[in-house]
Formats: sequence, structure tokens, C-alpha cells
Amino acid sequence: MERQVTTSVQSELAIPAASHDEPRRRPRRAVEEQPDRGILSAADRRRPHVRIGGAVLNVLLGVCLVVVGLLPLLWLLKSAVTPTQDTLAHPLALFPGGIAWSNVTRAWNDVQIGNYFFNTIWMAAGEWAVQLLVATTGGFALSVLKPRYGKLISGMVLATLFVPAVVLLVPLYLTVLHPPLIGHSLINTFWAVWLPAGASAFNVLLVMRFFDSLPKEVFEAAKTDGAGTFRLFWSVVLPMSKPIIGVVSVFAITAAWADFLWPNLVLKDIGIQPLSVRLPQIQSSTDLGVYLAALAIATLIPVVIFLIFQRTFLRGGGLGGAVKG
Amino acid sequence: MSVHTSVRQQGRVASARVQRRHNPITWVQRGGLTTLVFLLPLLIIFGVFSWTPIVEAVVMSFQKTNLVTAPVFVGWDNFVAVFRDPVFWIAVRNTGYFAALALIFGYPIPLVAAVLMSEVKRMKGFYSVLAYLPVVIPPVVSVLLWKIFYDASPNGVFNSILGWVGIPPQPWIQDAATAMASLVLEATWAGAGGTIIIYLAALTSVSPDLYDAAEVDGASIWGKIWHVTMPQLRGILFITLILQIIATAQVFLQPFLFTGGGPVNSTTTILLLIYQYAFTQSLGGAYGEATALSLMLAVFLAVLSIVYFRITARWSDK
Repeated sequence: MERQVTTSVQSELAIPAASHDEPRRRPRRAVEEQPDRGILSAADRRRPHVRIGGAVLNVLLGVCLVVVGLLPLLWLLKSAVTPTQDTLAHPLALFPGGIAWSNVTRAWNDVQIGNYFFNTIWMAAGEWAVQLLVATTGGFALSVLKPRYGKLISGMVLATLFVPAVVLLVPLYLTVLHPPLIGHSLINTFWAVWLPAGASAFNVLLVMRFFDSLPKEVFEAAKTDGAGTFRLFWSVVLPMSKPIIGVVSVFAITAAWADFLWPNLVLKDIGIQPLSVRLPQIQSSTDLGVYLAALAIATLIPVVIFLIFQRTFLRGGGLGGAVKG
Repeated sequence: MSVHTSVRQQGRVASARVQRRHNPITWVQRGGLTTLVFLLPLLIIFGVFSWTPIVEAVVMSFQKTNLVTAPVFVGWDNFVAVFRDPVFWIAVRNTGYFAALALIFGYPIPLVAAVLMSEVKRMKGFYSVLAYLPVVIPPVVSVLLWKIFYDASPNGVFNSILGWVGIPPQPWIQDAATAMASLVLEATWAGAGGTIIIYLAALTSVSPDLYDAAEVDGASIWGKIWHVTMPQLRGILFITLILQIIATAQVFLQPFLFTGGGPVNSTTTILLLIYQYAFTQSLGGAYGEATALSLMLAVFLAVLSIVYFRITARWSDK
């Protein structure tokens, strides 16, 4: 659900298009041999006032980016281990009264952030598994097996991209409250977040595009060697699909970590709530230093994932930032 | 089975012939059942959690639904009720205000930043990471963190910084006059990185030959930006503009977590109102009104996008 708030359905559509165009353009070795240039030419860069102006702008840009992009995060990390009174009295001072590591342990144990942390991991893991199952099997059936009714189904999947998620909010809530065939409510179970997460048209289309680009000869060769459909899927297509599975996984996990509106609706039981749902509720009853430590803990995993998988985020993912929910 | 499948893929003629002898046994032999097994997760998940709810949303918007009695069709009553709700008009105005402010703050900044960043060859990777960091912080954490930054006391983080340059403390989210702008500021901070990355990607695809050609014609640096870079980015600029409008029309997290719609409804947005119709104590259970309003929003955005793309397509032709 949350994905709608920060981005739109249509932006999800734009991602495969953007990332698809890129490999096509990449064989530009000729360009790489040329001096890599942008707006400024080598001659421009030699002119003194351009050089000085450029250097000033460069420093200014760097300072702005550090202040805007990095400082809030560093402030959070600093304040997470600063005694509450110091943060209240001198929010911008650097450890005027020493360091309070106890904030972190108190947050983890007393406020049970550890518990919510593992809930978040469990929620993200389940969403990841369901999304991957739906996207890979569905993408395989639609792109590789190509049944006659496949066009209709991929069309119906595509169409859901154009429906803002808020339209689904109430009916989806009632579906989870009274799911078909099961007979009891999914509210307060992880299934209530895991299963709807699988209905991500963005993932299916991304995987389908990738499968479409795989060489057909390999499938034919596997079939001539006697591989059945399951074998083809498990031993040929999936191993070839590591890049796209990586992309879907990274987005699935960060999106699950970011999701708020939907888990807030369906996970009412405090014992199974993820961090995003719990953090706003504990604000008023928690000591500020401990609370900031809790916020820092909640930020850790997504930032680490981002730093490890920078390329995934910054290449395909510029648009994906807010993708999920 | 595999032989039959490959025969089918050999061309329309062959498949048409096979289709004519279509019965359940040949269908299973040709792998139809296996295909269906692979499609099953997608069909079940999309069927239950996407396609059915979309249809239900349309049906529910014409029904009076509560969880006790069977739903009753009430025609356009839900839509009329929404239009008669004074808060609806406040929410429309607030959402429009949010979108407008977000455009003023949020639209030019990523473009300027991306153009500058793309010229800094050596630091580009590092700068991109810096610009994107706010995007990867979980949105809830960002809002809660900024809520602390927005502390209205003179000792608040932002008010301390303002104090350095002699500006008196601001009330930020606690005053109806400044609340919405404060929300937009945080949303812009949280979202700009994504747009910057889009522009950076678009900038790398601008052919260097165009700049070379412009220089042969004697273009200055500004001339190159204005006559080469901007026209080359025009397509993506059009897209990010409408995407931003669509996204801001659905803003929920900021008003929900920062202010809960207050002070005095000054930050109630359309999505917040939908949520309140359906799920909060005072209004709760008005599922019909909630779905009616969400459908109106969806139709409005769809029409807006179509009109927008018609108009920009005409501009792009010139």
C-alpha cells in the first residue's frame, strides 16, 4: 500500500522501460574511447573563469549533498548514543555530556525493538518469498511457455499498474478479514501482509522482460536434451535469471521494510508488529534518547543493503526508490 | 510433450492446425496443464488480492456496506455524501496546495542538482550515493526523525540552526500556516534522490556529438544547456512532472504521521480522508464513501494523465 503514497503506479511502469533501454545502448565502446564529456568541453574546462566557477560550484554541490544527504543520518546515529538531556538541551552539540551506549541496549531490550526488528525481518522474508514465487513462475509461464490465453493474463496484470493502490485499500482489507475458502480472518497473521505483496505487477513485468531477452536456443536445446518443463524452469531458466532475481529481491526487501499503511491496518497485535508500525506508537511513551536509538536500529538494514547493492539501486532503481507496498 | 510444445512454437500455421484438434487430452499432452500449474500462484494471488478487490471497489462504491448486515445498493449516494462533506473540499484544497508546493520545491532542485552532478566526473558515484541516501531511509523513520527536527521550541534542531543566522523560532508543524509547507519540505527531501538518479541516467544518454556540434556552431555553456541538454531531457521532464503530480495527489504518510491532518484540518489530504472514512473511530466503517472517493481520485488522475500526454505529445512533435 505504502508504495502508492510515495510514488505512483505509472512510475513502476517506467522502470522496466528505462532499464531495458540501457543494455541496448551499452555497446558504445566507440564512445568510451572518446574523451568522456558532458556539457563542458575540454576547451571549456581550460578556461580560467570556468575552472574557478566550476570548482566553486563543485564544492558547493558537495557541501549541499553532504548536508542534505548525510548529516540527518549522522545526527540520528550521534543522538542514538547521546543522553536524552543533552539532545534536548543542545541538539547540535557533539557529545557534550559523554556517550550513552545504554540507549541502544535499552531500546533493544526494554522497548523490545529487538522483537519488532525480527518481526520486520520475518515480514520482509515472507513478502520476498511470495513475490519471487509469483513473479518467476508466472513470468516463466507467460514468457517462455506462452499459452494462448497468456496475452489476456499479462494484459490483466499490466492493467493493475494503472489502478492506484488506494482503490484496493478497503476491499483488500475486507478480503483479508473474510478471505475466500479459508474461513477465518487473516488479520493479525503475517499472511495478511505476505500474500497481497505477491500481487506486484511491477515484478511480474520486470521478470517477463528479462525472460523475453533470454536466448530461445537454450530452451530448445534443453528440450531436445529431454528436459521437462519443471527441469527447464529450475535448472535452466532460474540459474540464468540471477540478475533479475537480485533486483526483485532487493526491491522486495527494502519495500517491505518501508511499508507502513498496510501492516498498520492488518497487524493490530503488538507482538507481531514490524518496526514501521511500532515506532510511531512508542514515541510518546519512550525516552527521547532510547527512541532515537530505536529509529537508528530501524534505519540500519536498509542503509546497509543500499550501500552493498548501490549499483542495483542507482541503475535500475532510481525510479524504484519508493516502489513497493 | 516437449516435442508437441516445440511444434506449437514453430509458427502460426502449425499451431492453428493443432488448435483445430483441440480437446482436454491433447491439451494436457501438449503441456497445457503444466503451464497452468506454473501460472497458478500468479492467478490465485492476483485473483484474490488484486483483480477481485478492484472490481469490488467499483461495486462497493455504489453500496452501503457494514460488517454486520448484507450490503445494499444505494446508487450514487456515497458520491453525493462525499461531495456534501465539507472536509472533502478542504482535503481537495490541501492536496492541491501540497502538490503545488511540492512542484515549486521539488521539481527544479533535482534537475539542477543532476546537471551539476553529471559534470563532476570523478565524484559522481559518491555524490549519487549521498543524494540517494534519504530515499533508502525507511519513510516512517524519516518522518519521525523530521518530527524531532521540527520541534517548535527554540532548542529544536531546525530552530537552533535558524537561531545561528538570527531567525526567530518557527512553529513548523504546530501552526496551520506553516504545517503544510513543513510536510512538503520533508517529502521533497525524502523523494528528490530518486528523481536525481532518473535525470542522471537521462543525462548520460545525451550524445556527446550534440555538444560537439553545438560548439562548432559557437554555443556558450548556457547555450549548450539551453539548446542541447534541456531539449534532450524534455521527454523525461514531462514524465517526471506528471508522475510527481500523481504521487503527490496520493500523499498519506506525511499528514498521517506528522500531524494526523491537523492543526484544524490544515493538512487533511484526500488519502487521509479516505483512511478516516474507512478506519478511524469517529467516521469509521464508511466503506462506501471511502471507495467512492478513492475511485473518484483514480478517475481524476487517469483523465489528467491522458489529457497531459495528449498535450505534451503535441508539444513534442514541434
